[in-house]
Amino acid sequence: MATDAPPPSKGGTGPETPSTEAFREVQESAEFGELRRSYRSFAFPLTVAFITWYLLYVLLSNYAGGFMGAKLFGNINVAFVFGILQFVTTFLIAWWYSRHAAAKLDPKAEAIKSRMEGGA
Amino acid sequence: MSPMTLLAGDTVLAANEASEHRPLIISLFAAFVVATLFITIWAGRQTKDAADFYAGGRSFSAFQNGLAVSGDYMSAASFLGIAGAIALFGYDGFLYSIGFLVAWLVALLLVAEPLRNSGRYTMGDVLAYRMRQRPVRTAAGTSTIVVSIFYLLAQMAGAGVLVSLLLGITSDAGKIGIVALVGVLMIVYVSIGGMKGTTWVQMVKAVLLIGGTLLITFLVLLKFNFNISDLLGTAAENSGKGAAFLEPGLQYGLNATSKLDFISLGIALVLGTAGLPHILIRFYTVPNAKAARKSVNWAIGIIGGFYLMTIALGFGAAALIKPDEIIASNPAGNTAAPLLALHLGGVDSAWGAILLATISAVAFATILAVVAGLTLASSSSFAHDIYANVIKKGQATEKEEIRAARLATIGIGAVSILLGAMARDLNVAGLVALAFAVAASANLPTILYSLFWKRFTTQGALWSIYGGLIVAVGLVLFSPVVSGDPKAMFPDVDFAWFPLKNPGLISIPFGFLMGWLGTVLSKEEPDTGKYAELEVRSLTGTGAH
Repeated sequence: MATDAPPPSKGGTGPETPSTEAFREVQESAEFGELRRSYRSFAFPLTVAFITWYLLYVLLSNYAGGFMGAKLFGNINVAFVFGILQFVTTFLIAWWYSRHAAAKLDPKAEAIKSRMEGGA
Repeated sequence: MSPMTLLAGDTVLAANEASEHRPLIISLFAAFVVATLFITIWAGRQTKDAADFYAGGRSFSAFQNGLAVSGDYMSAASFLGIAGAIALFGYDGFLYSIGFLVAWLVALLLVAEPLRNSGRYTMGDVLAYRMRQRPVRTAAGTSTIVVSIFYLLAQMAGAGVLVSLLLGITSDAGKIGIVALVGVLMIVYVSIGGMKGTTWVQMVKAVLLIGGTLLITFLVLLKFNFNISDLLGTAAENSGKGAAFLEPGLQYGLNATSKLDFISLGIALVLGTAGLPHILIRFYTVPNAKAARKSVNWAIGIIGGFYLMTIALGFGAAALIKPDEIIASNPAGNTAAPLLALHLGGVDSAWGAILLATISAVAFATILAVVAGLTLASSSSFAHDIYANVIKKGQATEKEEIRAARLATIGIGAVSILLGAMARDLNVAGLVALAFAVAASANLPTILYSLFWKRFTTQGALWSIYGGLIVAVGLVLFSPVVSGDPKAMFPDVDFAWFPLKNPGLISIPFGFLMGWLGTVLSKEEPDTGKYAELEVRSLTGTGAH
């Protein structure tokens, strides 16, 4: 059964959209496969990693009070440092992903996009 | 009680302190309202077509949008709620700052760019991309509106309590009046200014909030010679709880159930953000996916900086104000930040009054900007998903669609004034937590499956949206948030059989499970052609609007 065309194209201001066949062809191409692999093999494991790291923090807070309460220097305890570390890793992961995207993903995506839109 | 209890329950007034400074507070509130109305009217004149109304003409820079995203995200729950929770419960309050921030990585890594590349105006654009349009858009519109209304309710109730606290309005009629005023303002912002006006209001608010927080942080640190260990030590001592104040567990470590509740809330927070419709539509306001990525990075920087400062806000309040005074002002601690400002300036000095007025005005601006973002998200989804694509079957003109969005704004505004007025004395913790949990249960699974799972079908999408929605809302209905607890909405009855206050632990896996089950049991074949379009588009931006 044919679906209604989403999203409804109005006004025709956007770039010309290539045909479904063209999209299929690109989807199956080696070049796109490499872009997809390059994205997924970076983003997916990293997502699993930071969620695990965050859950570890939640679980330690819940069930390892003694460890989290141990004082490191002055009134700064393990829990405080652990909390700050979550901030640090968040900033680092955001930076790392953006660097990966700019170096590895953007050029490939750009090439495919300009070819498809140019050839439409 | 959760720190997301932005301004819960009964508030005993800080009005003694506030009363003399009321003219100043009112003038600052009024200045913000006038300035933002001016922006709104200016933005309204520039709003000509649907892309302007829904997406601000996609003309904002990554930095501007990063600011606006921050302004949209840091609600009264973040500012007043977390500061108050840290002030009363110490370290446990800080746990929330972390969940709210880490959640942004889900948005950055998995959602922001593909969404920007493949959608147009709403979350429903992406969810329905390769599905049968009408049922999926109806589902997406429903969950957008449900999530936004719960979030809205909490903000409205919060605004009522905050403003009445600071202005000393205690009568029911007065509180309803304040809620109505906020409602009318948000209708005006959104229906006239559209996304452009709303974005500017959020940017102004973000700058005010960061500025105010920086000032308070600086003053707190100055008192302790920039020695954080000293600050923490004084806070622990002054709280009367000693070292335990600096360790996890004061609030959530009571028993096995409260610990499970904490895990549930933690999961809802970290997975909810990337499914909040009012946050998602902000990515359409920039020209392309690269700019969307950069705006998330700006937002992570700004929001992260802000949450780091909640340490100074919360522990500063704990160190400098007697806990009794904080509790007397508001049992949930929600006035700790304004009180801290007053104490930093000097309780009986003009400087203290100015600081108190400034921080209160910032809190008011915070609520208004968030409320505007929520209203825009729900009226856009009503107009674009339900009116244009379901009722009119894609045949509505742009003019009709924008008119529908403006009318929807009035409708949603009216509904939230009504509910906000009714909910003004309710504990709003459940409402905000519910918004996050529903977003994570109903929206996130469908977004991720749509983008990344080839086999995903219409039935899978519907099962996961409605399944997540119904289970999340249902479990809250039968939780101690609604009944069977002195702090519940209906404390006098007890039909609570679900022990956790946050349903996320059950409802989020359930949403994912239903999406999978609906797909594997589905008789129809997935539309592989459409998936090819969606996948190539989402990763490359080909044909993006």
